[in-house]
Amino acid sequence: MTDLVNISLPTAGGYALLGYCVVFFGLILLMIVIMVMGKIMMAKNTAPAAQPEAAAAPVPAAPAVPAEKAPGTAGEFKLYNTDPRDAAMVMAIVADSLGKPINELRFISIREVKEDEV
Amino acid sequence: MDILGVLQKLALESGFAAFFITDGGWKNLVMILIAFVLLYLGIVKKFEPLLLCGIAFGCLLSNLSYFVGMGTNALYHPELWEAFLDSTSPYYHSYGHIMSHCGLLDFFYIGVKAGIYPSLIFMGVGAMTDFGPLLANPKSLLLGAAAQLGVFIAFFGAVLLGFTGPQAASIGIIGGADGPTAIYLTTKLAPELLGPIAIAAYSYMALIPLIQPPIMKLMTTDKMRKVKMVQSREVSKTEKIVFPVVVATFVILLLPSTAPLIGCLMLGNLFRECGVTDRLSDTAQNALMNIVTIFLATSVGATMVAQNFLNLNTIKIIILGLIAFSISTVGGLCGGIVMYKTSGGKINPLIGSAGVSAVPMAARVSQDVGRKYNKNNYLLMHAMGPNVAGVIGSAIAAGFLLSVFG
Repeated sequence: MTDLVNISLPTAGGYALLGYCVVFFGLILLMIVIMVMGKIMMAKNTAPAAQPEAAAAPVPAAPAVPAEKAPGTAGEFKLYNTDPRDAAMVMAIVADSLGKPINELRFISIREVKEDEV
Repeated sequence: MDILGVLQKLALESGFAAFFITDGGWKNLVMILIAFVLLYLGIVKKFEPLLLCGIAFGCLLSNLSYFVGMGTNALYHPELWEAFLDSTSPYYHSYGHIMSHCGLLDFFYIGVKAGIYPSLIFMGVGAMTDFGPLLANPKSLLLGAAAQLGVFIAFFGAVLLGFTGPQAASIGIIGGADGPTAIYLTTKLAPELLGPIAIAAYSYMALIPLIQPPIMKLMTTDKMRKVKMVQSREVSKTEKIVFPVVVATFVILLLPSTAPLIGCLMLGNLFRECGVTDRLSDTAQNALMNIVTIFLATSVGATMVAQNFLNLNTIKIIILGLIAFSISTVGGLCGGIVMYKTSGGKINPLIGSAGVSAVPMAARVSQDVGRKYNKNNYLLMHAMGPNVAGVIGSAIAAGFLLSVFG
């Protein structure tokens, strides 16, 4: 039985290597699980979306304008006709006004309202 | 009436007199000065003030106890905890003995010793964390794993410097840049080192904006730092709800020793995401988190008594902690560079350094450094993926060390 209290250097090296491998092994397995989960969820989300699309096929749909999203954003956040720099400033101002850290706020979208739209 | 006699008695019983007549009292005076320095760092320099203020004040109170009669007036009794940990003592693992003789800070410390506070803090962290960026880009988990390199290098370094296996494991986990995990593991494996390890872990977490940027600059090229990453996919609400359940089940089955930390982290996250427990999520994020932080910080500070803190080991731990943080950053950046190469230059390697847990400070550093080289680069959300992966990674590393040395 290895003495784990007065541990020798080669044994410590072995445990260090093994520990690093275990962390990688655990997180790689978790990555695979999350990827599989994501695929299943995306498949489920696209299946119900496809059905109404088929039902509505006879009606000519208006061409959808792809929303302009900020490069480098993730999740649900969308930008419409807004410069990423302006969006960052707006988010910072909102967070400051509310007195909350910016990472505790969830922004869904930011859209520039033109003067003639008001 | 002997007025002079009474005054003399009062003077000799006071803590001020004890400064000069108590054997070894100067060491406690040094600890009191250290508490003042920590208070200064917390209040003026704003180094993790929520924790450092409590730790510093706990340190101040426990060292003041030394001068007011250890047995009667003391708030913290190291000798009770020594008996608690001594397998030859009749009071070995006897919470009853502690409860019947304890001071206020001993009572608080029971929550640390039983692993309750770090787990509850993890619940609050889970309730505050959006795992969406990680779900959008699961490969971030690799960066969270790579950034645990410092944990194991520091562990090896600690053995090299003469620490025992359990002590070295507790020192190594500083590299996980995760205070509650470091406290949890140290309490289980090497409680005598809790004070210096907690101080090192929280101080270096506060210093991340100073420690990481030079390493990031050294390891990456201008071209790498300017890479703009494409938007990640949208994550559905259902995915966010299923995620904590899946992770808790999977990780706890893989490494049962992580159950208290991962279980609470994911429970807090479920409160946040499920949409029907807003009150619980709010409590976990705010009221509970604040209460536990007060108890955790003051009781950890109380363990910083002179005989445990003022020795060469503390200096070694401070140095090893810095090495652990730096090497973890290097590990995360190496992972980022590998992903940059394998993705054909689509991934900015700067997000790798965020794998060192320390949410959200490390992700903010990635964002700041990235923007320094490309004004239109927004890496924050991309860096949050490895950042939260680092929390899970450090919990797995702690679980491994606990199962080996526990």
